[in-house]
Order: sequence, then C-alpha cells, then structure tokens
Amino acid sequence: MDPIYYIYLATLLFSIGAIGVLVRRNAIIVFMSVELMLNAANLVFVAFARMNGNLDGQTVAFFVMVVAAAEVVVGLAIIVQVFRTRASASIDEPNLLKY
Amino acid sequence: MSIDGELVVFIICGGLSVIGALGMVLSRKAVHSALFIAMVMINLAILYIANSAPFLGMVQIIVYTGAVMMLFLFVLMVVGVDSSDSLIETIRGQRLFGILFGVALAILLIGGIGSSLGDKPDIGLKAANDEFGGNVEGIANLIFSDYLFAFQATAALLITAGLGAVILTHREAWKPKASQKELSVARFMVGAGHPGNKPNPGVYARHNAVNTPAILPDGSLALDSVPEPVRSRDDSLIVDHRAVSTVVELVESEDQN
Repeated sequence: MDPIYYIYLATLLFSIGAIGVLVRRNAIIVFMSVELMLNAANLVFVAFARMNGNLDGQTVAFFVMVVAAAEVVVGLAIIVQVFRTRASASIDEPNLLKY
Repeated sequence: MSIDGELVVFIICGGLSVIGALGMVLSRKAVHSALFIAMVMINLAILYIANSAPFLGMVQIIVYTGAVMMLFLFVLMVVGVDSSDSLIETIRGQRLFGILFGVALAILLIGGIGSSLGDKPDIGLKAANDEFGGNVEGIANLIFSDYLFAFQATAALLITAGLGAVILTHREAWKPKASQKELSVARFMVGAGHPGNKPNPGVYARHNAVNTPAILPDGSLALDSVPEPVRSRDDSLIVDHRAVSTVVELVESEDQN
C-alpha cells in the first residue's frame, strides 16, 4: 500500500481540526481540535519516516507528543482559571483586551 | 490483485478516525467530543503501529488516551458537563467562512502533496529498525545521540509546565484558617445558639416516640428536642408526667442531701 494515503488522511484530520478551532466556541472543544491537529502532524511524521527509511521522523513525533502533553497541562490550567473568574468556558467571554 | 492487509487496516482505522474527528467537531456536548477524540487517538495509534512505529503507537495510547484525554474529562467535570456552545454567532458568517477555509485547506494540501510526492519511494523501516535490534532501540539511539539536547530541553519544559499548572490553578487563601480554639470561642458566643448537641427526643422519658420531648436533668422539658414540624402541632406532644415528677423528686432529694 502506498504510504501517501496516510498523508492524505492526516491532511483530512488536520483540516477537520482547523474547522473545529475556527467554528466551535467552547474552549475545551477548541483545545481538543488543536490536539487533533497535533495528532495529524504526528501521523505525517510517522508516514514520512517510513517512506524515507529512517527513524528521525518517529523521534520528532515523540518530541511532539511530549510538547503536546506539556501544552495540555498549561492550557487546561488556563481554562480552569478563566472559568473561575468568568464562570464560563466560552472563548468569546475573555474580552478585556478588546479595543 | 491480492488483498493488502495494511490497506484493510488503513480503511477501517482511517475511516473510524475521520468519523471520530467529524463527530468531535459536530457533537453538541463537550463530553461526547472528548470520547470521539479518544476514539480518533486509538485509531491513530493502530495506524502508527501499521507504519512500523510500535513504540509511538503504545506511547500514543498511554499518553494521549490514557493521560491527556482523562485530564480533559477531569477539567470538563470541573468546568461543567453541560457547558455547550451558544448558537449565536458573534462574528457574522464565521461558521460558513471557517468551514470554507477548512475545505479549501484540505483541497490545497491534498492537491499540493499529491502532485509533489506522487512518485516518492516507500523504503520502509525494516533496515532502520533492525540496525540496533528493534524500534525502541533505534529511537533510543537517536534520542540519546543526535537529539540529546532536545531531550534535555524536554525535561526543562515538563518541569516548567508542571510548575505553571500548579501556579495557575493556585488560589491564595484570603484569611487564615480558623484554629480549633477560635472555632470553639465562636460556638459559645452570644447568639450562636446551643453550643453542643441538643438532647434527643425521649431522653429521660419513658417513650422513645419522636413527639416525646426530652426531660432535662432539672425536670424541665426540652421542647427543642422535638422536630419543628411535630412541635408546631403542640396537641400531638406526649409528655410523660410520671417521668417528670420522678426526675423532679430525684433533683429535690439530691438538693436536700
């Protein structure tokens, strides 16, 4: 099987994640969409590693996972803190820096 | 044409992951979204393993579906399960243009990648995986040689993220916690009410029915011991006059001695 199909699949998932970030307004779902985009990028790394026959792509995907885990921790902490002060998880709610 | 096993895996897992991704974006409730994206991540883990990346597949299941998604669900429970989206658009046409942008991005990327990578060879990872005896050994060799600095920076990043989470979710105590002594003083203050347990109904009485007021050691009746709804209908109170007089006699004989 041609591994280019993995790239197509990853592209599709990345686009769905991008639509999720743009359309949804619940901060947690937006965050999940970001995770989906990161996973799609990881799939591209893994598929390219297999196409090129070396393990660098898998190593980079591993680092992406570590960074994603760290990002989730801080991002969710920010969401919890915003929820405490504004009692809402909507991304339209924090608008104090507007204008 | 023979049936390619990898193609079957790709069609099943790829299809399920696309369905899960669409469900994540389309479902109204955040908990459903979290479960859908957990499904996507498990399917992607299978696809990693199909791409001769067994280590990454396992890490994907442990880190993403095990840790990250559970963290998401935990925060969902903190924030409120039914915090669904409002349907009012704050920017007009945002939804339409967002979907248009996403579809255009997909078409652009698939077209561009398809035309530029169409004849890319598929070398496969068999040689690279066998070089050090396995996939994990091969990745370890890379991490601890070429990517050593990145690996150490990762350690700093994780510590910073942990500290950041602790500091961000920390709430400063506005007043010191009350000590046991302060709580006790507050309990005996004027107007604070009865300081201890109130007597149960039926204490020193010969009935244990709930409408029997307790008799206090001096022979008086503790009307507080009867629940308020029963007490308000005072014709229903059972007062054991014989028990009262016994207690009063006992108190008086104690006084004489």
